[in-house]
Amino acid sequence: MKILVCITHVPDTTSKIAFSENNTKFDSTNVQYIIGPYEDYAISKAVDLKSSNNAHVTVLNVGRSESDPSLRRALAIGADEAIRIDADPIDTYFVASQIAGHIKSANYDLILMGRESIDFNGGIVHSLVGQMLGIPAFSPVMQLEINDSAVKMTREIEGGKEYLETTLPLIAGCQEPIAEWKIPNMRGIMTARTKPFEVIEEYESESRSANNNFELPKEKGGIQLIDPDEVEKLHDLLRNEAKVI
Amino acid sequence: MSIIVFLEKEGSSIRNTSLEAISYAGELSKTVNAKVVCVVFGTLESSQGTKAGLYGCDKLIHVEDQAFDQAVINVYAHALNDIMNNESGDIYITAQSALADPIAAKIAVLQNASIATNVAELPVAGTEFSVKRSIYSGKAFENLILTSPKKVISIKRNAIGLIENQKNASIEISDLKLNPDLIDAKITGTDRTTGKVLLPEADIVVSAGRGLKGPENWSMVEELAEVLGAAIGCSKPVSDVGWRPHHEHVGQTGIKVAPNLYIAIGISGAIQHLAGVSSSKVIVVINNDPEAPFFKNADYGIVGDAFEVVPKLIEVIRENK
Repeated sequence: MKILVCITHVPDTTSKIAFSENNTKFDSTNVQYIIGPYEDYAISKAVDLKSSNNAHVTVLNVGRSESDPSLRRALAIGADEAIRIDADPIDTYFVASQIAGHIKSANYDLILMGRESIDFNGGIVHSLVGQMLGIPAFSPVMQLEINDSAVKMTREIEGGKEYLETTLPLIAGCQEPIAEWKIPNMRGIMTARTKPFEVIEEYESESRSANNNFELPKEKGGIQLIDPDEVEKLHDLLRNEAKVI
Repeated sequence: MSIIVFLEKEGSSIRNTSLEAISYAGELSKTVNAKVVCVVFGTLESSQGTKAGLYGCDKLIHVEDQAFDQAVINVYAHALNDIMNNESGDIYITAQSALADPIAAKIAVLQNASIATNVAELPVAGTEFSVKRSIYSGKAFENLILTSPKKVISIKRNAIGLIENQKNASIEISDLKLNPDLIDAKITGTDRTTGKVLLPEADIVVSAGRGLKGPENWSMVEELAEVLGAAIGCSKPVSDVGWRPHHEHVGQTGIKVAPNLYIAIGISGAIQHLAGVSSSKVIVVINNDPEAPFFKNADYGIVGDAFEVVPKLIEVIRENK
């Protein structure tokens, strides 16, 4: 079984977000980059399937060389090989086209992604790739069971879960609790150095949007503290000042 | 030209988030001079056409085939794509959901359209079609220009709220049948809380964290939610240890909410939790730790014992109903 895991290389969840050059560039000063948390689930699930389903795991990123540490980390966690498509991830449509371009050339049984990237929060790359290639795509997948080519999965929907059955090939956007997060051990870090790591040229495709600029949300005007013995005052403020109840 | 709006239902009524999508299309139709064509599938209550008209729907296409009540994403996507072609749709609007966003993505590919999800405002009218999207899990926005002639937009909750644009929606019954060849997965079951306010669409959310000490103490949270007509949320540690189900987890890696009022009880306010609530209009924090970071991001706060404050709050709300 061949698995592809697509990962993002994104600012850590605790990062303070700021922009430079007249709000047209993300300010990466003092920002730590990580593998997106949802893709950590995807890698962990793929590594689980390596032992249970004898899978071979390829990890893929669309990006520049800044992403290499995240790809190496994925190898250290247990992926067998890494591929970076050397391109600026301009927009969701472009990234999806790049991933689809690679999948066409390689025939994977299972393609795992995160439910969404935590930088641009598009949450649709799996569905775009699925439609481009005619492969079923589902997200967010919380449980995934594979027997030969039969698939059983649980998808989160508003207020609950949906249970689905289909067959491979399949694209799944992962989220907890699909697998236990894995962290690299020393042996993994050592062997990662000798695993195949390929940088390939971008596939021909276009973007369908252009970033104009960024904005930060308006700051809150400061808090009004209410004495715990005056709960009725909170009620009054919510009803008559904020007008929300 | 027309704007196509996909309507989701709760039972046989249009969801509130979908009514907001109609409002969005209604407002947008004024600047792009288009007809608002809404599409709904399966069983529908008869009063729903008037309701759609109230928010600006010119024509409601009702695909009656009840097989759609349990259909998968791919089936809806192709049906909507056919309707979009028939109706000369140039813009497709939908309200963000677990069903709507994947459909939107598929339609974008089928229509060669630009797509923006997580959209937080109406597009800016002008030569460029620019939409404001929420990014970095609510910590920033980007203004994105949709460059293709056709556009697909998925709006996040409370992007513009409900806006009335009274129209007499004509209702067209479509005899479009579900195409079984498009079924790419079988739904074998669903497990949903019914009869309760859904977290992503709630006007008010009452959320609690580790400060409540144990799952047995959630009854007061449930009671507060009930008197307010609110949905219930929780922090990540609480869903991680299994005190509450995962679909109640609010935060960066959980549900992002955008209610008018968010009440946080015994939640310290880690940055990952704040990312999930930053779109809330008004935030109330109840916590016994005055140093809890949540107080810096709230509008109203009570430093006090939740086990005393919450029952009092329930009582005051009941008395003033």
